[in-house]
Amino acid sequence: MRWVTAQPGRGRAILLGALPLVVLAFAYIVAAAARHSDNVADKILPLPGAMAAAMAALIFEADPLSGQYLFWADTLASLTRLGLGLGIATASTLLVGLVVGSLPPVRATLGPLVTAIAVIPPIALLPILFIVFGLGETAKVALIVIGVAPFMIRDVAGHIAALPREQVIKALTLGANSWGVMLRVALPQAMPRLIEALRLSLGPAWVFLISAEAIAADVGLGYRIFLVRRYLAMDVILPYVAWIAILAVVMDFVLSRGSRRLFGWAHGAAH
Amino acid sequence: MALLSLKNLWVEYGEKVVLERISLDIAEGSFVSIIGPSGAGKSSLLRVVLGQEKPTRGTITLDGAPLPAECGPDRGVVFQRYSVFPHLTVLGNTLLGLEFSASPFTARLFGGARRAAVAEAEAMLESVGLADSRHLYPAQMSGGMQQRLAIAQALIKRPRILLLDEPFGALDPGIRKDMHALITRLWREHGLTIIMVTHDIKEAFSLGTRVLTLDKRRHDPHAPQRYGAAVIYDLELTRKAQQVHADAGADEQAEAIGITIDTVGNN
Repeated sequence: MRWVTAQPGRGRAILLGALPLVVLAFAYIVAAAARHSDNVADKILPLPGAMAAAMAALIFEADPLSGQYLFWADTLASLTRLGLGLGIATASTLLVGLVVGSLPPVRATLGPLVTAIAVIPPIALLPILFIVFGLGETAKVALIVIGVAPFMIRDVAGHIAALPREQVIKALTLGANSWGVMLRVALPQAMPRLIEALRLSLGPAWVFLISAEAIAADVGLGYRIFLVRRYLAMDVILPYVAWIAILAVVMDFVLSRGSRRLFGWAHGAAH
Repeated sequence: MALLSLKNLWVEYGEKVVLERISLDIAEGSFVSIIGPSGAGKSSLLRVVLGQEKPTRGTITLDGAPLPAECGPDRGVVFQRYSVFPHLTVLGNTLLGLEFSASPFTARLFGGARRAAVAEAEAMLESVGLADSRHLYPAQMSGGMQQRLAIAQALIKRPRILLLDEPFGALDPGIRKDMHALITRLWREHGLTIIMVTHDIKEAFSLGTRVLTLDKRRHDPHAPQRYGAAVIYDLELTRKAQQVHADAGADEQAEAIGITIDTVGNN
């Protein structure tokens, strides 16, 4: 058996994939237990019980000050911002990417602009966004849009521009006009790539969301993490980080499944 | 009158002359094969007729009217590859031509118009032997089936001229033979006018009613780009009479007139 050709079966792959997670969790518990045997009041590596207790207060009990269930309020606020930002970014990618990708004159006009915007670190624009849009929701959503849309536009436009020239010629000989080529040739073939670009943008989008919430917010997952940092509340921070990871994985999974279901032709023989 | 007329056609890319002084009259119902060595401008000539490229000089007329330098539904095309759309099923690929012309804004058909179009598309698929594959995607089909689909897709527009750019070059010999039979049958049944670029000299002679050979008449060794290719042989084959012997005689015929041909695909 050679390593490069050894294909683990489905059950084994799940087992192998779970192994590092289990090892990591076990290592954490060992380290936490060791710290607690030295100092019962240790806050840096809280034991699972402490984390469960801290989270239960946030999940099941209303905050006496605001009357809100903080965990759910944070989740809702963050997901709303993320959803709005990614939604606007996806819609504008579809529109701009399609036009830039399929029409060479528009590509010559807008291509350099999109590239220029894409190379600016979005966080550097955050002060401008706060000045222009104020400290409310708009600035946070705008940061996500500006952070991920240029990358997505470049990716989708590049994919459309790289479609074989023969396809465009063929469509024209079938009686299409430019609009017809965009609608029936470029757009459907751009859709799976758009979802792929969205999946790749999930990571950066979370980064921009947490950054914006850390700087100016009164609710949100990122806000909570940075708020409780002042009290070294690792028993809240660690579950929150795990929760963010779970949300991100679920989003990725849904997008990947959705793409396979809707655009089977783009995923090999799996349809 | 000739269906397609090329008058004193030149194609130049900057300094490089690709085609020079091409004058041709192509009659309706003919099957013209174009052969020639790599770089002799076979594909350039096809692209010019297709409207994908503008000739530097000269005029092209179709039915006596000058041909715009744009691709349109009067000229169908089948390329060696990428002729079908990977995101559409066999039926969807065939319907596409009908949908584009019927509704320029949505490029889709609904209700009774769609049912009529589906019936027409299915009849066309039947005639190329893809009736049972209508719900497959191109990626699920062999190269030969994809080319069958590409032909059906082009023919549903009833083009005045069908252009084939090495359509069978990427296929296995056995499949290629089936495709030769298919294109010959379709050519007869639909009364098509076909221009086919090929590397396969035997194919050129066995399918065509007329074989054109492109090559450079003159060659300047110090400036190979100075002279372009022209039609050096223009052979009318009395095909119907020789039909049976054409296959066997193709190679000898080619050798007799001393045509050199490359066997390596160039696209």
